[in-house]
Amino acid sequence: MSWRMLWRDWRGGELTILAVGLIIAVTSITAVGFFTDRIERGLKQQSAELIGADLVITSSRQDVSDYIEEAREQNFEVATTTQFRSVVVFEEQLQLAEVKAVTEGYPLRGVLRISNTAFGPDTAITDIPAAGDVWVEARLLQMLGLAVGDAIRLGSSSFNIRKILRYEPDRAGDMFSVAPRVLMNRADLDATGLISAGALVSYRVLIAGPRDRINSYRDAIDDRLKQGEQILTFEDGRPELNTALERAQQFLGLAALISVLLAGVAVASVAYRFTSRHLDTGAMLRCLGASQRTIIQLFTLEMLWLSLLASSVGCLLGFVTQFGITELLDQLVLAHLPPPSFKSLLLGYATGIVMLIGFAIPPLLSLRRVPPLRVLRKDVAITPVSGWFVYGAVIVCMFLLLYWQIGNLGLVSTVLAGILVTLLILALAAYLLIAALNRLRAQVGVAWRFGLANISRRPASSVIQIVAFGVGIMVMLLLSTVRSDLLDDWQQSLPDNSPNHFVINVQSDQVAGITEYFDARGVSNTRLYPMVRARLVEINGQPVRASDYESERAKHMVTREFNLSWAEDMQIDNKLVAGSWWSSQDFGTPLLSLEARLAKTLGLQMSDVLGFDVNGTVIEFTISSLRKVDWDTFNINFFTVVPPGVLEDKPANWVTSVYLDAEQRQQLGQLVRKFPNITLIDVDTIMKRVRTIMDRVTLAVEFIFLFTILAGLAVLYAAIQANQDQRRFENAVLRTLGAKKTTLLLGLFAEFTTLGALSGLLAGLSATTLAWVLAETIFKFDYAFDISVALTGIVSGILIVVVAGMLGTRSVLTHPPIQSLREGAA
Amino acid sequence: MVDNTSRTFVEARNLGKQVTTREGVLTLLEKINFSAAAGTSVAILGASGSGKTTLLGLLAGLDVPTHGEVILDGRCLNDYDEDGRAQIRAEQVGFVFQNFQLLFGLTALENVMLPLELAQAPHPRKTAEQLLDRVGLGERLHHYPNQLSGGEQQRCAIARAFSIQPRCLFADEPTGNLDSETGKRIIELLFELNSEQGTTLIMATHDNNLSQICNRRLQLDAGRLVGNDD
Ligand SMILES: Nc1ncnc2c1ncn2[C@@H]1O[C@H](COP(=O)(O)OP(=O)(O)OP(=O)(O)O)[C@@H](O)[C@H]1O
Ligand SMILES: [Mg+2]
Repeated sequence: MSWRMLWRDWRGGELTILAVGLIIAVTSITAVGFFTDRIERGLKQQSAELIGADLVITSSRQDVSDYIEEAREQNFEVATTTQFRSVVVFEEQLQLAEVKAVTEGYPLRGVLRISNTAFGPDTAITDIPAAGDVWVEARLLQMLGLAVGDAIRLGSSSFNIRKILRYEPDRAGDMFSVAPRVLMNRADLDATGLISAGALVSYRVLIAGPRDRINSYRDAIDDRLKQGEQILTFEDGRPELNTALERAQQFLGLAALISVLLAGVAVASVAYRFTSRHLDTGAMLRCLGASQRTIIQLFTLEMLWLSLLASSVGCLLGFVTQFGITELLDQLVLAHLPPPSFKSLLLGYATGIVMLIGFAIPPLLSLRRVPPLRVLRKDVAITPVSGWFVYGAVIVCMFLLLYWQIGNLGLVSTVLAGILVTLLILALAAYLLIAALNRLRAQVGVAWRFGLANISRRPASSVIQIVAFGVGIMVMLLLSTVRSDLLDDWQQSLPDNSPNHFVINVQSDQVAGITEYFDARGVSNTRLYPMVRARLVEINGQPVRASDYESERAKHMVTREFNLSWAEDMQIDNKLVAGSWWSSQDFGTPLLSLEARLAKTLGLQMSDVLGFDVNGTVIEFTISSLRKVDWDTFNINFFTVVPPGVLEDKPANWVTSVYLDAEQRQQLGQLVRKFPNITLIDVDTIMKRVRTIMDRVTLAVEFIFLFTILAGLAVLYAAIQANQDQRRFENAVLRTLGAKKTTLLLGLFAEFTTLGALSGLLAGLSATTLAWVLAETIFKFDYAFDISVALTGIVSGILIVVVAGMLGTRSVLTHPPIQSLREGAA
Repeated sequence: MVDNTSRTFVEARNLGKQVTTREGVLTLLEKINFSAAAGTSVAILGASGSGKTTLLGLLAGLDVPTHGEVILDGRCLNDYDEDGRAQIRAEQVGFVFQNFQLLFGLTALENVMLPLELAQAPHPRKTAEQLLDRVGLGERLHHYPNQLSGGEQQRCAIARAFSIQPRCLFADEPTGNLDSETGKRIIELLFELNSEQGTTLIMATHDNNLSQICNRRLQLDAGRLVGNDD
């Protein structure tokens, strides 16, 4: 019977919207579910591959032969990688690359994949590049206009590009890498002259062997690790990826849930209308002797069938949709994703059912209370289900869904409260806008007056529609317009000729030559800064241990290598916040000027004594000043600066940043040829890369928020559907009174234009406000208010709502005017 | 009082209406012939389902006949399309319905202004205010229909119907939903305005007393004209 009822009611039209609402919700949830699940499993499956070994020792020491020998003695498989950034030269062109020099056997876990052409079929290979050859990422070929077989220069050597590198197991996507990979043989490395003392290089010893012996070896060397050294095992795989994944999962899940909430609003309003239309059926059934329970069972079952059908469709669509997200994001995260699993289907069906229980069933419950008397008298009052019950059900269901997605009770409560407060504020704003609109009515023509009247006569419904669309458009605006605004604003906040190139890895004896080079090409006052690598070993005489610190940042900061620089004068853009800068009498005294935020992170104060291990000897520096540094600029800055005359005899490495115009940039080839070991970093390319990454990530997120807009449409259609009869009838009356078709059209147009404009305005304002808050609190720069954001919001709001609204209501126009004589007012 | 009783204002010629339903073709009206002179009042009587509303709809051009034609003010409605007929209604025709049919989103004033604006009459607001004052709703201009009683709503509807000074007014059981006392007052108001403006009045009703006030009575039975006291 419930099946037959479903069939019959389907033709009524409301159920279509109910189903569409459910489908939208289930689709967005499952799309995100499928995607994150694939990445999660991919990470687990590939975690050994992700480090290319069972155990990896990372070190900044050039000589790691002690570990290598030790591992060999224990009969482990061993390989090493040496990674650094360097400039690849081809004819006059330069390109920063991430060079990785590997030894035989690399990778110990997982395989490399190579190909002969950029997009041709790739094959797995167990070899490494032969001496004199390099394998490069296809990106590099595009950037330099190279082909396989061409020769490139790296430092003092020349290499043949032999293959295209398609996949490296221990390089999980190119999410954060700016420069393309060049893979070379370790045997060629020394000849390039790229590895000089103090150069920024990461050395890794890769070790593989039986699990238990690896574990005991790990325990054995754990205590012997030196500063700047770290052990990675496949268990900790890629911790930053795991956190990133967790964040992404929460964020995308949240985005999907906003769609669920909006779709839920559509479902609830349709359920209300469905209920009121079925009061008579309910009353009739009760007259015929059906019990309250039978009636509820009947309708609940009907809804259950419907939600199962809708969930199935939603799951299917979600499955298809996740391919879209994967397409946008997978290369950024993992190179090869496992196929989707069906775990997410469970989530999809659960969402469908939970939505049904939360949004559709509560209104239906009033059917139970229909008095049989209603068959005789239409105006017999029915006790509606308590509002608290309905809203309570909604909130509980949202809570459950959120908890499932986020899995953290505190966070869920905060997020839910945040969503509710935001929606309330938006609703209040929408309500005020509608009230303001009412004043306008006396000033406009008949069609517009009718349109506006249609909005203000049903304030609750209008508020819901405005908010529903407002949220969707707001997110879209924030993601697209405002995001690029934020980036642009930041770039614009930089002075015009702020440095656009970094020169690093300069040796002490090259400083004069480099300065001369730039002077000769019109880049004056190039100042190079010395850096001496040092490890923090003592604070006030006590040895430094990472475990003494609570915050991750502090742990990271104390174990990383410090770059001590020396200078006579303070950088002009620094600001002293404590102590004083040294004078010439202090030269030669081990004083230290520390960056203020770092001091705070590590809990350091003025006059604290820091013992740094510099090239084997410990020097004790006394903190004599704290500085504030503006890291947003591309000027060279250091956490730790000491007076001249202390570190000059230590191996130093020099860096500088310069502004080069297009012509000067052309000539950089000469610089690299003259000083093959230096590394040039082009800021513009980095920025471009950052931008592309941001674009792709936002695109994927926008993709999810597309469902929010769709859910907004479902809300609109639910509202249209809810008063379709009334609209029909009123249009018939208007026609009877002599209104032309164009007048009616104009009335509808006015109504939807206004609705769209209001939600767009609301969206624009809130997106701008949010962007401003973000700029002020997180990015810390002045956000330039942009009227075009609000305008874009309004225009897109109008476009979406007018098109959808007019399509949804076109049937009322064809309703014959004679009906005005036959139907009563609703 | 305007004297133009000699001219025919509304005429039905061999009017017929059939609808196709799933059970077959249903004849609602057949061979209706009658004419009403300008300024007169005609009552259309008949049992429920006899076709009164259908006839009224055809005469006002709300629906198109399957046979015959309607001549309104010398113009054959068949020659006009939906919008053309709407234009004629906007300029010449007023309506009073059984269910008042006020637009619930608009205030009383806005409801009365509506036909004036549709006909692009000058000073719609002033005219509407005067008319509402005339029907005794001068204090209720900005109230919405659901804030008015049934009788007040019908008075508002009458004000709306007369706002454009229609040449012809159609009323479909204007008192059907009102108690007899209120109904009587509504009818008085209707005829008062009718004679003031010299409007042709065509009214469907099954109230014999009411029909007696009209100049003429037409009797409908199952879609046929069985009595015409002309
Ligand atoms: N579109 C239609 N399709 C089928 N039948 C219709 C249609 N319109 C009207 N009818 C039928 O035509 C007949 C005449 O209807 P009409 O509304 O004109 O009667 P009426 O005299 O106004 O009745 P009442 O006094 O109850 O208002 C009725 O039997 C009605 O069911
Ligand atoms: Mg009727």
